[in-house]
Amino acid sequence: MGKFIKWGLPALALVVLAAGWWLGLVWAPPDREMGDVQRIMYVHVPLQWVAMVAMAINFVVAISYLMKASWKLDAAAEASAEIGLVLGTAGMITGAIWGRPTWGVYWSWDPRLTSQAIMLVTYTGYLVLRRFVEDPEKRATWSSVVAIIGAINLPIVWFSVRWWRSLHQVQSTPKTVDPEMTLALRVSAFGMLFLTIWFLVQRYRQALAERQAEVALPDALPSDLAAAGGANSSRVA
Amino acid sequence: MSTSRPRPIGLLTATLALLRKDLLIEWRTRARLNAIIFFALATLLMFSFALGPDTKLLEKNAGGYFWLAILFASVLALGESFRVESENACMDGIRLAPADARAIFLSKALGNTLLLTALGVLLVPVMVALYGVRIVTSVVDLGLILLLGSLALSAPGTVYAAISSNARARDVLLPLLLFPLVIPALLSAAKATTLVLQGDPMRQFDSWAGLLGGFNLIYWGVGFLLFPRIIED
Repeated sequence: MGKFIKWGLPALALVVLAAGWWLGLVWAPPDREMGDVQRIMYVHVPLQWVAMVAMAINFVVAISYLMKASWKLDAAAEASAEIGLVLGTAGMITGAIWGRPTWGVYWSWDPRLTSQAIMLVTYTGYLVLRRFVEDPEKRATWSSVVAIIGAINLPIVWFSVRWWRSLHQVQSTPKTVDPEMTLALRVSAFGMLFLTIWFLVQRYRQALAERQAEVALPDALPSDLAAAGGANSSRVA
Repeated sequence: MSTSRPRPIGLLTATLALLRKDLLIEWRTRARLNAIIFFALATLLMFSFALGPDTKLLEKNAGGYFWLAILFASVLALGESFRVESENACMDGIRLAPADARAIFLSKALGNTLLLTALGVLLVPVMVALYGVRIVTSVVDLGLILLLGSLALSAPGTVYAAISSNARARDVLLPLLLFPLVIPALLSAAKATTLVLQGDPMRQFDSWAGLLGGFNLIYWGVGFLLFPRIIED
């Protein structure tokens, strides 16, 4: 299992991703209106999907941590938030690159874009909080609370921004998509998903090792915290 | 038989006792109130300088500037609200009293709401004078939005202030956590205030007030549930 995750998973991810992008860039027909510009969809849409998956994992893990504290859950929370933020940022940048030739602007105050920007700022704050709290137990609990509150906020943001904008513009109508495009998109999405899982596992292991080192060597913490919460007083398993 | 054992204090009693204590401290120094009043006044003034003397522009955006001034001031007020407890390990004292952690949340959040509402009441005449606006629909609507908006900033703000007051670089952390969170509240409060100041021909006021009310319900509930986890030790 360890060997598969170390070598098999990234290899699988790269092969599937390469296949998906070949299908998307070469095999699938260009879009009728947008032409080749539309092909960025095979990168952009999978990125956005997997970013959502990572954020959803973060939310579930944060709730689980508050119910039953464990370093594994805390490590998973750190890994998922960080990777979700990277993927979401990449998704937003690819969206902006697409937006420029299609809408004529890199950015518009569309509800979807606005909500995503707020989501990225929310998780940046979450990761900053994690860096600013030295005590591992407090960091884990507080960041879980912040993750839950931040995630609850996202539907409210979505709703309020849509309402705020609805006075100005109407939502674009859903377009019908060619079946060949759907296949290319699906394969790309699976490739990206495998890559994300690999990222998550690697980052999770790092984070868990960091937590264990922090707990095992309280001397490595700043002196006031080491005196207050050493390894023996730790209540987290 | 059980007369020797003291009865545990109810949530409401504890909340009111803590709130009374905080208000008394605030009243004796008036440090926080003075600081945020002058800060918010300076902010309102700065918006006029930043935009130049275009009265039309100021009048049109008055609702937004008003709420931005309150939001910026709220960061100061919230950040200070746990400072009194961190000196002399007062928080431990309150916890050992023993006070229900949820009572601490309610008292702090209510105290911040009162402070921000008072600030808003003082800012309204200044805004009217500086930006040349007038209240078109009704003062009651404006008061309602002021109260709902202050409640909406205070509940998540209190939770995050409790976290950031114990972290490094707390002055950076609080706005970083709070600002993205209160965007829906800021948006609806600013929008509703603009409607009060410029007329509301399409009757949109109620829906924005409703959105603020819903925001409050969610975050007062979430704060009430999660706050004990933040200050447990």
